[in-house]
Formats: sequence, C-alpha cells, structure tokens
Amino acid sequence: MTKALKINKNAEQGIKEFLRFLLESGKVKGVFSLKKINKEGAVAYSLITDPKDLEDSVPFYPVMPVTAGSLLSRFTLKGSPDKPVVAVMRPCELRGFVELVKREQGSFENVFTISMTCGGVYPLDMAVDKKIEKNLPKYWDAVKKSEIPADVRTACKGCTEFKPYTADITVDLVGNKDIDKQCIILLNTKNGESLADGMDAEFLEKKLDTKKLDVLLDKRAVEKKKLFDEIDKKMNGMDGLIDIFGRCIGCHGCMRVCPICYCKLCEFESPDSEYKPSNYNSELKKRGGVRVPPGTMYFQLGRLTHISISCVGCGACDDVCPVGIPVSTIFKKVGESVQKIFNYIPGKDVKESIPLVTFEKEEFIEFEE
Amino acid sequence: MVEDKEFMPKILAFLCNWCSYAGADLAGTSRLKYPPSILPIRVMCSSRIDPLFIIKAYLGGADGVLVAGCHPGDCHYEKGNYYTRRRFALLKKIFEELNMEPDRLMLSWISASEGHKYARVATEFTEKIKKSGESSVKNKIFL
Repeated sequence: MTKALKINKNAEQGIKEFLRFLLESGKVKGVFSLKKINKEGAVAYSLITDPKDLEDSVPFYPVMPVTAGSLLSRFTLKGSPDKPVVAVMRPCELRGFVELVKREQGSFENVFTISMTCGGVYPLDMAVDKKIEKNLPKYWDAVKKSEIPADVRTACKGCTEFKPYTADITVDLVGNKDIDKQCIILLNTKNGESLADGMDAEFLEKKLDTKKLDVLLDKRAVEKKKLFDEIDKKMNGMDGLIDIFGRCIGCHGCMRVCPICYCKLCEFESPDSEYKPSNYNSELKKRGGVRVPPGTMYFQLGRLTHISISCVGCGACDDVCPVGIPVSTIFKKVGESVQKIFNYIPGKDVKESIPLVTFEKEEFIEFEE
Repeated sequence: MVEDKEFMPKILAFLCNWCSYAGADLAGTSRLKYPPSILPIRVMCSSRIDPLFIIKAYLGGADGVLVAGCHPGDCHYEKGNYYTRRRFALLKKIFEELNMEPDRLMLSWISASEGHKYARVATEFTEKIKKSGESSVKNKIFL
C-alpha cells in the first residue's frame, strides 16, 4: 500500500490540477510536460513555469515527439536546476533517463518524476491533421478496459514494461474504469509524498490493481511474442540482415532519437569511418562491387553493441525511420537476450551499474575456449 | 591447380601484448607447428579490442576472429580482461541472436608461457573454421 491522492476530475484534469498546485504552492519551479502547440494536434515537451500555461499542457497525450529521457538529459547535463522541477513522462522515457543518468548524462537532483501506467502512444506521423485527436475517445476507452488501443506503435503493442519502476508519483490509468471521473495519483516515494503534502484533496491508502495490469500484460506479451517470432524468421544470418536493413538510407535518425545513443562525437559519423579511395579499391577487388554509401551493416551492428545492453524499447527509432525498418523490434529482441545474460533490467535502478563497466571475477566461463 | 588447393581460412587474431602475443612468439621460437591461417594484430590489452573491431573484421570477410589475452586475474593492467570477457559475451550473444555464425568468434586466454596452448588454439580454431567453410560475408556486396 502506498499513499495516494484522489482528485474528483478526469485523469488529465486531475493531474493538471495537481501540477497547478505544485506550481502555485512553490513546491516546484517548473513543470516539464507535453504541451499543445496548435489545434492540429501537434504537441511538444515544454518547461512550464506559469500556472496559466498549464491550460495547454496535455501530460497524457498519446504521442512521444522526442523521448523525455533525452530531453531531461539535455536539461540537466550541464547542471541540475536550482529549484525543483517536476517532469511528467512515460515509463520508457523514465527508463531512458535513468540509463542516461548512469552514463553521467543527466541528474535526478531537483528533478521529480511523475509517470503513469501507460497505454502506449500513436506513431509520430499521426500527430498531424488531428488524426490523434480523433482517436482519443477510442484510445481512452481501450486503456480503461486494459486493452491495446488500435493503431498504437508496434513498440507499444508489445511493451510489457508499462508500469514505471522508479517514478516518484504514478498515475493510475491502465484498467482504471473511472478515469473519466477521478484521478488516482500514487505517491511512491518520500519525494512524491512531500510534493502532495498540503494539497486540498482526498488522501487514501491504495495500490495499483495488479489484476487489471496483468490483463494488459498478457495481451501485450502475446503481441510481443508474435512480433519477436516474426522478426526472428527474418533474421537468418547476414542474408536476413541485408533483407531487413537493405532499404536503410543511412540518415542515422534512429541514432539521433535514441535515448541511449548520447555520444556527441559518434564513431559512425566521424571522418574515420568515411571510406577512402583505397578502401573502395580493396572492397571492389575483394567483392566485385560495393554498396554506396557503404557501412550500413557496420552501423547497425555497431549500434547494437552500443545500445542493446540498455535498450529500453521506447520505439523512438521506429517512429523516425523513413523507410519503415522495424529497428525497435530488432533492438528490443536482441537487447532482451543480451540483458538476460547479464541479469540486467535497464532503467530499473539508477544505482545499479551498467554491466559493461563492472565485472565479476568468475563468470561467463562458457564464452571462453 | 588453384581449384585443388585446400581452403585455408583467414583468421584475424587480436593478441594482447603481455600474454598472448608473447605466447605466440614462444610457439614460434619453440618451433611448434600450426596452420598459417592466423593474422595476428598486437594490442596492448585485450580490453583495447572494441567489439566494433571484431564486427569490422567479420564484415571485411575474415573467416574467423580470435581474441586472446592474459588469463583472468593475470591481466597486466589488473582487470582489463574481465571487461573483455563481458564485451565478448555481449557480442557473441548479438551474433547468436541474429543467427550470424557466432562460432566464427573465439575468446581464449593464453599466457606468455603457453606456446603450446597458442599452437593448439590456432590449430583447433582453424580446423573448426575449415569445417564451417568460407565466410559467406566475403562475397556480399551490400554491407
């Protein structure tokens, strides 16, 4: 049982009221949340300090423009805010931020986190022409019933980690049939409790209804298995990979939006990885042909060695791939199997080291010959 | 005549300066025989080997890649090879998951006094690669 707050408004109005209370009481200096930009349904993350601007904020809007993890990392990279800021983000975004903090690319100092049991988000390209707007009633209906909303992103359909690990505050959305009438805000940590302290609302003892979460978990697990099985059939060695990545145009968009890919000087974009005439010559001599620009497979495999250990399955890479390569399914699948051998769950605990920067003296004997 | 020639794999071997390279040297000075398939690259420590090196070698058409360093606990830099082991495990797992011939990658601990082990590893790995045949990546144009 954790302390919880009940606000008798719909979930979005409820959390907005809570955020307004935080701003007005001075408990936080700013609110980091999705905010509407225009009437077409375009949203972006914004840091809001004036309670008036909260009117346009849409904390639970089912789209993920850039992962909040990457954004918070940029926000806190050169130093934490001097006054507390509260960020509303999805569980995968939070996991991404935790992974970045582990890499010293951000900090939790003066950053409080609000997350939710997440119903998933729509693909980024639906954030135009009010496409998401029109889907909202269906979306919330599905979330209420612990179902997977139609048309959400592939990564979300197969996501089984829709309950945040480390959020200070969790908003109960999935399977909560009363989200039209009330907003249940669970205060998971001391920080969360102190934020809610003094708010004029009903306090109660509550916990997430795991049964309702499990209903969704089962559906998502089925979907995930289907996705993984499908991609597994295609990933048969180099031929399979060429099949999958053959249409990559080398825009490196997946890398740019990835919350784990944080290097400012990327190996794959450095002049070093540029082919010189001699490289072309030797390749031509060896193979009798070469794809131009070269290095696609090197990029993808290389990124797998960098990311797989910490892939949080946010699906941002899928969202931006202009040629529809199922990047996130592949990375999540490979990622999970790699994470398994290190017994590591990315984003679960900020104090746990990344497996590659630590070691046990006796382990992985099976990999030696 | 060329057709009759037995397939001799090209195996890239990353050898650490302090143990495995010395081990290879010892194999030589002890006049131990092993196949001419190994192309050694000396690195200061096995932990210098970025998994990207191995990927690059594999994509470049190496039939096999050997990573060798000091035995765990004996690293010249105290703990470099422990990191190597984790990185290698990660890479091998990725290869496995993509059904990409993980058997073409090998990790071995060879100390400076183990000339025999070096010769044995080189022979055995070469035999293994010979059985798997030439790497199919060699002829792929799209990479």
